[in-house]
Amino acid sequence: MAKLTIEDLKRIKEQVKKDTALREGGATVKITVHMGTCGIAAGAREVMDALLQEMAETDRQDIRVVTSGCMGMCSSEPNVTVEVQGHDPVVYQGMDANKMRQVFKRHVLLGEVQTDFALARMKEESPEEGSAEQET
Amino acid sequence: MSTYRTHLLLCGGTACHATGSQAVKEALLKEIAKQGLEKEVRVIETGCNGFCAQGPVMVVQPEGIFYQKLTPKDIPYLVEEHFLKGRPVERLFYVEPASSETIPGMNEIPFFSRQVLRVLRNKGAIDPEKIDEYIARDGYLGTAKALLEMTPDEIIAELEKSGLRGRGGAGFPTYLKWKFAKASPGEVKYMLCNADEGDPGAFMDRSVLEADPHAVLEGMIIGAKTIGAHYGYIYCRAEYPLALRRLDIAISQAREYGLLGKDILGSGFDFDLEVYQGAGAFVCGEETALMHSIEGKRGMPRPRPPFPAQQGLWKRPSVLNNVETLANVPQIILKGGDWYASVGTEGSKGTKVFALSGDVINIGLVEVPMGITLRDIIFEIGGGIPDGKKFKAVQLGGPSGGCVPEHLLDTPTDYEAISKVGAIMGSGGMIVMDEETCMVDMARFFIDFCKEESCGKCTPCREGTKRMLEILERITEGKGEIEDIERLEELSRFVKDSALCGLGQTAPNPVLSTIRYFREEYEAHILEGRCPALVCQALITYSIDTEACKSCGLCKKNCPAEAITGSKKPPEPFVIHEEKCIHCGVCFSGCPFDAIKKSSGSKVARAA
Repeated sequence: MAKLTIEDLKRIKEQVKKDTALREGGATVKITVHMGTCGIAAGAREVMDALLQEMAETDRQDIRVVTSGCMGMCSSEPNVTVEVQGHDPVVYQGMDANKMRQVFKRHVLLGEVQTDFALARMKEESPEEGSAEQET
Repeated sequence: MSTYRTHLLLCGGTACHATGSQAVKEALLKEIAKQGLEKEVRVIETGCNGFCAQGPVMVVQPEGIFYQKLTPKDIPYLVEEHFLKGRPVERLFYVEPASSETIPGMNEIPFFSRQVLRVLRNKGAIDPEKIDEYIARDGYLGTAKALLEMTPDEIIAELEKSGLRGRGGAGFPTYLKWKFAKASPGEVKYMLCNADEGDPGAFMDRSVLEADPHAVLEGMIIGAKTIGAHYGYIYCRAEYPLALRRLDIAISQAREYGLLGKDILGSGFDFDLEVYQGAGAFVCGEETALMHSIEGKRGMPRPRPPFPAQQGLWKRPSVLNNVETLANVPQIILKGGDWYASVGTEGSKGTKVFALSGDVINIGLVEVPMGITLRDIIFEIGGGIPDGKKFKAVQLGGPSGGCVPEHLLDTPTDYEAISKVGAIMGSGGMIVMDEETCMVDMARFFIDFCKEESCGKCTPCREGTKRMLEILERITEGKGEIEDIERLEELSRFVKDSALCGLGQTAPNPVLSTIRYFREEYEAHILEGRCPALVCQALITYSIDTEACKSCGLCKKNCPAEAITGSKKPPEPFVIHEEKCIHCGVCFSGCPFDAIKKSSGSKVARAA
């Protein structure tokens, strides 16, 4: 490794920060892959793999991926919940790797809820607006 | 390429190593591989997390969940439940002793939530063996600013504004030390770091070196630029193998990046350093003795002046700073002196790291803003005294310090306020003592330590500590005279006033402060032959409570002096025969029914 300059120092900082940002808190998007036994049997691992590949390709440092247990809706597994700060959580059902990639690219990155895979209790989204409201 | 979704920050400090974190790490790696999670879950071995009493500890990010007292046996279940299925394992959470409540989040645990992390800001958050992770948390930006944008006078001005004082114990303003060394003429100067932490019960510097070694290197580079030094030494005791290893790794990584060596960051400034291993002599924490030791001579102090800023290592102008002091410097440069001075008291700015140990629930390392009271540290952060016992005193500053009794617990952590009550801030050792501590015995322990560690060069320290120890031993054996208290006070004054260096000048402090606050305990030993805390073996009588005794015969079997008689069949009560008893306490600690009782003072001055 050659001698560092101040620019190198800043470059290393930005690169590594992407990796260590996970430890700092302050996430604005939380994606939960439900990994109960039912979820794993239905293919939640493939969904997770696809999600992590997408994560690797983005520069966003404010997205957290966590797992959780079964939601109690085993028939609709694999389930994925996307929580964008300031919005109600959206639960997706019957996910696979392709749907996960689509949800990541459109909902997580662009804010367009993918109503096709969302659970039925989600309100229909008007085409002009980019956010979803959950019915109460 | 893939990215990790979970980081497991497993503590790899000395204390957690001792409780088995290496075995936990191996089990984690094995189980994660078994579950096929090696691309999703990453294990990072960090430096000391600080919560040593609960070790091995691990923090799971991004959730911030804190696991404690992990064993390899817990790992398969933990990995499957939490890291695969996302169900945190409650039985491995922290349990708040007062309320018996389990607390999953690290930042909700009182031990952590009351702390303000500056020196320890990277503890448990980075892998100390990876310089890139340090850089990701603003590492070396302070160095860059100091080397590329600031003049030595500007650096000194910033330090003056910060109010930073030496964290080794004496509390001398850091900017003044640097200013004097800068003003000293000379082509060759040295920048030195004192990592010879020697107080019993203190482990602040070790933890900083283990968790964040680059912060210390940065402080040294900035100091070197300020005073005009191009070479430095870190004097660290060989008893800190992990700290030494991480320092070596840090130094070689910094060299590889050109952050040590010639023309650092293209600034034209050259600086390099080496680690000098000390043999663990307490006196080598004294600056002139430390410098003698680096020169290859016996570690003995010399009279000052000339001060090291004029004539230090090899008679060249030198600055010696403590580990914690240096670790503060890069952030002061980066964020400014005003930022640093925004917490603390009038005369004591910033934060201080304390090593909390002894009879306290949460043993570990804590960093608090200056000015917080001792009561808050011991009872809020430390969780109070275990087993429902009562607080008696806290010893600050190790063998050079003094004890603070209960009625002064609201004293703030401020250099002046603490010295007013007869203790010192010291380097941060804080030994909590409960009601079962004998203060005379405690003073004896510290004087014994100083007598052993005295280098022997000056008579007051060499002879004075020895004579004081003899008197204290006499008192703990019930052979003291009432005049001994006065003799101790008089000897203390002589040694304080005439010893050559800090070791001797401060050695009498524990004696003086225990006499000041616990004179009645000295008197009980001398006049009544009684040790109120039931500690001093020679003054204790053991007896058997016949009500509680189940005649199991264990005490009789264990007694090395054959001082116990009795039998189950035919029934004959068990009795301890005082004339044969050697007061070893084996029967007391071995009785399964707590039927052996201690008492003191029943026989007035047995020796007489």
